[in-house]
Amino acid sequence: MLETHSLTASYGQFKALFGIDITVAPGECVAIIGANGAGKTTLLRSISGVLRNAPGMVVHKGTPIGTLPADAVVQRGIAMVPEGRKLFPSLSVEENLLIGGQVRRGDARWTLETVYALFPILKERRLSPATALSGGQQQMVAIGRALMSNPELLLCDEISLGLAPVVIRDIYAALPRIRETGAAVVIVEQDITRALAVADRVYCLMEGRVTLTGPTASTTRDAVHAAYFGDAA
Amino acid sequence: MIWLDTLVQGLLLGGLYALFAAGLSLVFGIMRLVNLAHGDLIVLAAFVVLVVVEATGLNPFLSALIAAPALFAFGWALQWFVFNRVLGKDILPPLLVTFGLSIALQNGMLEVFSADSQRIRVGALESASVDLGLVTVGIMPLLTFASAVAVIFTLNQIFYRTALGRAFRATSDDPVTASLMGINPRSVFAVATGLAMVIVTIAALYLGMRSNFDPSIGPARLIFAFEAVIIGALARFGAR
Amino acid sequence: MKHAMQVTVTTRTRASTVAGSVALGLIGLGLILPAFASRSLIQDLFFILTMLTLAQLWNLIAGYGGMVSVGQQAFVGIGAYAMFAGVILLGWDPVFAILLGGIAAFLLAIPMAFFAFRLQGAYFAIGTWVIAEVTRLIIAQWKTLGGGTGTSLPREATADIIGVATIANLFDLRDAAARDVLAYWLALALAVGTMAAIYALLRSRNGLALAALRDNDNAARSVGVDAGRLKWLVFLAAAAMTGLVGALIYMQTARISPDAAFSVTSWTAYVIFIVVIGGIGRLEGPILGVLVFWGLQTAFSDYGSWYLLALGLIAIAVMLFARGGFGA
Repeated sequence: MLETHSLTASYGQFKALFGIDITVAPGECVAIIGANGAGKTTLLRSISGVLRNAPGMVVHKGTPIGTLPADAVVQRGIAMVPEGRKLFPSLSVEENLLIGGQVRRGDARWTLETVYALFPILKERRLSPATALSGGQQQMVAIGRALMSNPELLLCDEISLGLAPVVIRDIYAALPRIRETGAAVVIVEQDITRALAVADRVYCLMEGRVTLTGPTASTTRDAVHAAYFGDAA
Repeated sequence: MIWLDTLVQGLLLGGLYALFAAGLSLVFGIMRLVNLAHGDLIVLAAFVVLVVVEATGLNPFLSALIAAPALFAFGWALQWFVFNRVLGKDILPPLLVTFGLSIALQNGMLEVFSADSQRIRVGALESASVDLGLVTVGIMPLLTFASAVAVIFTLNQIFYRTALGRAFRATSDDPVTASLMGINPRSVFAVATGLAMVIVTIAALYLGMRSNFDPSIGPARLIFAFEAVIIGALARFGAR
Repeated sequence: MKHAMQVTVTTRTRASTVAGSVALGLIGLGLILPAFASRSLIQDLFFILTMLTLAQLWNLIAGYGGMVSVGQQAFVGIGAYAMFAGVILLGWDPVFAILLGGIAAFLLAIPMAFFAFRLQGAYFAIGTWVIAEVTRLIIAQWKTLGGGTGTSLPREATADIIGVATIANLFDLRDAAARDVLAYWLALALAVGTMAAIYALLRSRNGLALAALRDNDNAARSVGVDAGRLKWLVFLAAAAMTGLVGALIYMQTARISPDAAFSVTSWTAYVIFIVVIGGIGRLEGPILGVLVFWGLQTAFSDYGSWYLLALGLIAIAVMLFARGGFGA
């Protein structure tokens, strides 16, 4: 469904990605792991259109979308939960969700009701300013906001960052129910154990290159360790 | 009761300044752009209303209704083709562009409409007044004030009750994340400037009906608008 | 912009040595020019030099310092009026009264900075404009100096300005022409002095700090630059110099009115145009800009408002399509 071809990206002089090739099949859950600065976030920003690339570097359902702006990418059914949640402080919880649904595609799998059913606490806090919530609740809003566009591909950037283990468990508990709707999910994660537990396949990035790829079932911890820290090279 | 009279007249005049300020702060609030040509745009709108009045013979209020969509389109295009290209981290380019626009508008209007003072005539309404017991107030100042209240109320409703207002607030918070929601910040900015031009049209209507205007008075209107913004900010600060 | 900044700060190459010698040569030529140049050339050069100085000063505060003032006319106007006050009320020689112009502008800049520095980013621009307008309105109430209609320097004051008689004898000129030569020399001195001072400032540690200040206030603060103090320093110094230039301009014209001396078009719009056209944030930008501007002014200023309309549109086009100006 989504492919990247020799995807490169740079911030000014600094080159962050050196030719990344990944694929995501419909309904699949793919984990992208790697140390800080490996290029994980840059990869998601490139796919989602926040960073522009050459057209053929990102291909969605056979169409090159590398040059599309972010708002056009969302309309194709690729939604992102950005790193650091990035909720809109001027908007209430419910308004944050509604603005995610500004672009609504196909049948309404995700509505305010279904998102509230997924994260019941949000219904209680629906009128609060989004930034008045706890970190975990804010992360729920960010995920719900992305779901509101009924995406076929959900990109999750570091959704466990800075949260307590028990909160992370709650958030990851929602993942199977998101996948039930048929959406593919890409999760970027520093917590390797967590990532390998939920994903079908894994890519490991190091210094802007893919150093390991394969089904999580047949990926050993040693191989991941080597790919993560570069011992294999 | 002279002090009361002064107070009431001053308060009503404040309505006109609030109208001047509303468009300026709408644009600033959403895209952090300070439009130095704001005053000249008010004068331009006053001339457009005047032209419609003279061409159609319609009442000024109806004429403003006709002028408003045209000025919305003008504001939209100005943002889309000019301001959007210079908005960014550096505040200098947008400031210089709007300053250049101010000079260009003033002199363009001078060529097209000459330096003569103009006025939008509304007949008997100009001098009509009502006696409120303690003070007598003109209908025109009263209408201006009521319109200012209506404009600010409507803006508030748009901001807090509509999807457009949500998009305005989200884009103002964080344009990049807003684009991840399928919002095109550039087109939100363009709509905002279009809307600001509609408010400018209303301000221009009252400016033109209450006093004479000519192409050179724009900068002073900008300054009044700015003062109103500052006083508004101080008042809000004091209220907390 | 950043690139040009680095060049001026870091290099002392053969090219800059050559540029230095050329500059010295030009200054020498400028000094002896009145011996053989026509009066109209001297007047043109006076115009170019004073506009160049104003442009360099605006470039310093806006281009390097990031303080986009649209109120520079306040300093030109107050400087000019202080000079007139010195001559008319105190009986000073106009040349010495020019110094009063610098002092008055400096004093005005203190409350102005106090107020405007509190305004966020772009509102600074309108804030400076407001203060300039208020100053104009107050000066227009000063009846002894002609109120709203303005006044002229008294004949007896202009008749024996210091040095004019010497110049008249030296070059065998009439008094009026000798006054132009004097004004021209003072303008040359101000222009050279201003540019040398800005150059020295940019080469110093403070110059780097100023660049850091424009690019990011917080970053500058975190690396130990006292942002507030440096801003004040640059703003006040530029204001005082602008006041001197204003006083000099009105010593040469010898006739003043609030509308002309506080004109936003003449003293801020033109100046911004010069800097934008030549390339903002570069020392050589205003030099190129003033020549382009002078060319346009000579060729087209008869077209009045069409001309100004075109200047506004050119400035917009430069910002849209050639951010660095024609000098880039």
